[in-house]
Amino acid sequence: MKLGKEEVEHVAKLARLAVSEEEKEAFSRQLSEILTYIGKLNELDTSKVEPTSHVLDLSNVFRDDIVSESLPAADVLANAPDRESDHFRVPKIIEERV
Amino acid sequence: MPSVETKQDVKYEAVIGLEVHAQLKTASKIFCGCSTKFGAGPNTQTCPICLGMPGVLPVLNRRVLEMAVKTGLALHCKISPYSRFARKNYFYPDLPKGYQISQYELPLCEKGYLEVAVNGQIKRIGIHRAHMEEDAGKNLHEGLEAASHVDLNRAGVPLLEIVSEPDIRSIDEAVAYLKTLRDILVYLDVCDGNMEEGSLRCEPNLSLRPVGREEFGTRVELKNINSFRFVQKSMEYEFRRQEKLLREGGRVAQETRLWNTEKEITVVMRSKEEAHDYRYFPEPDLVPLMIAEDLIEEVRKGLPELPDAKRERFAREYGIPVYDAEVLTISKDLAHYFEACVAVYAQPKTVSNWIMTELLRELNNRGQEIADCPIPPDRFAGLLKLIDDGTISGKIAKTVFEEMYRTGRSPDEIVNEKGLVQIRDTGAIEALIEDVLLAHPGERESYRQGKAQLLGFFIGQVMKRSQGKANPGKVNELLKKKLGEEKR
Repeated sequence: MKLGKEEVEHVAKLARLAVSEEEKEAFSRQLSEILTYIGKLNELDTSKVEPTSHVLDLSNVFRDDIVSESLPAADVLANAPDRESDHFRVPKIIEERV
Repeated sequence: MPSVETKQDVKYEAVIGLEVHAQLKTASKIFCGCSTKFGAGPNTQTCPICLGMPGVLPVLNRRVLEMAVKTGLALHCKISPYSRFARKNYFYPDLPKGYQISQYELPLCEKGYLEVAVNGQIKRIGIHRAHMEEDAGKNLHEGLEAASHVDLNRAGVPLLEIVSEPDIRSIDEAVAYLKTLRDILVYLDVCDGNMEEGSLRCEPNLSLRPVGREEFGTRVELKNINSFRFVQKSMEYEFRRQEKLLREGGRVAQETRLWNTEKEITVVMRSKEEAHDYRYFPEPDLVPLMIAEDLIEEVRKGLPELPDAKRERFAREYGIPVYDAEVLTISKDLAHYFEACVAVYAQPKTVSNWIMTELLRELNNRGQEIADCPIPPDRFAGLLKLIDDGTISGKIAKTVFEEMYRTGRSPDEIVNEKGLVQIRDTGAIEALIEDVLLAHPGERESYRQGKAQLLGFFIGQVMKRSQGKANPGKVNELLKKKLGEEKR
């Protein structure tokens, strides 16, 4: 299974990764190899098998609707690269500015 | 150019679908114990789970599922026996985990419908699906030049996303759909329906097509609408914009547009995100849901009477006009007030009249809800009884009502203390009549000579002299008798 350079670029962009030209070539080759290997599973007939959505044989795990204590704002913001008046400060979000 | 002229004549119809996000009224968030209370200080209602810290485990709030099933049933949806959560992956500053936990395949509710009344016609609008998901944080831009602020209190607040089929054919229908849906959510007590605070959000998608054509046109999604009024205005603007574009031979681009509240226009949203490549996959941190038939039945049994059914029942059971039934069922509390009054005083139409005029006017003037009303239903009904048994006149009752509203006191107390008891005694009324006739000899003479319309004048004068306390029917009767005698 082949994963081309354009797909590598697309996936990198979605993951916000900067990838050099050489890396694109290398990842394209490596990812294609991985996909080919995994693709072996397609040889199995799974038409009569329910897809697995969870590895544990559990369902319906709930918590009750009870409020518990939250973190103090100072702790919440402690690791933020930038903050201002108890808010996370981020580069201007353009799209809602219009 | 003839082709352009033809386009000018084309009549277009709207094809609309609505995506509604309803915040479910839980005390805690969907996957953690942080409070959902509105208006807390920024970033004071978060924890490692809703902040998306590594190694944490979300667990579904049971109330969220119950409320979602309840809503699904009220919207006539099929509740999926097997359902699960999915990750919707994208980067945005208000999304701490880099993904939103939502549902994709196997949503909880599917294939329902809602009936709305538009211009006296009942129209059925399909519900495509309704699913549970978590809300994102809130971005603030106001007064900030180079930056935006993020408050994550809202991140992880439970939402039910309700997606209609594109069955809506006019803006009126869209507004009616939204109002009906809001009423239902409020009746079910699963959402407070407050658009301004963001607990109910609506994102319409709208396309136009020439009337009579089967295929849909290119649709535009509208966002950033925070009131009922703007839902209507944004769609009206968008209809005109697309219509003009098409008539001029242009094409509608498939895009998301933001409603600009100040300018009252829609503008295209510039988005840096690659077009909707969310790479959904089953959420590994949450186990699947198996919804047993008996749970569904249990929830179904607990469903309250919904607005439509209540309206219909009020008209039938109490024999009041459909219009009255509609007004009285606007809110569950008002409907309850009405029924509590009728339980004490079994004259539904009188109760309805008084609620719709005096009571609602007073509430409106004060900007209050029925829950704030200082008059309990039994006292309100008591006032109406006093009119009915002739103790006070309808006119005096209005004064008593105002006093009751102001002081919260009982009608009997007020009537006795202020001496407002109606004068029904024949002798007393005759004395009043005598006084009035003596005071107005000119009118008395004119009446005698045939100016019959002066009767109203005399009634008015007698009522005035009695300070509104004389029984008007009795005054009328005795005046006619007295003046009739004089004529002869």
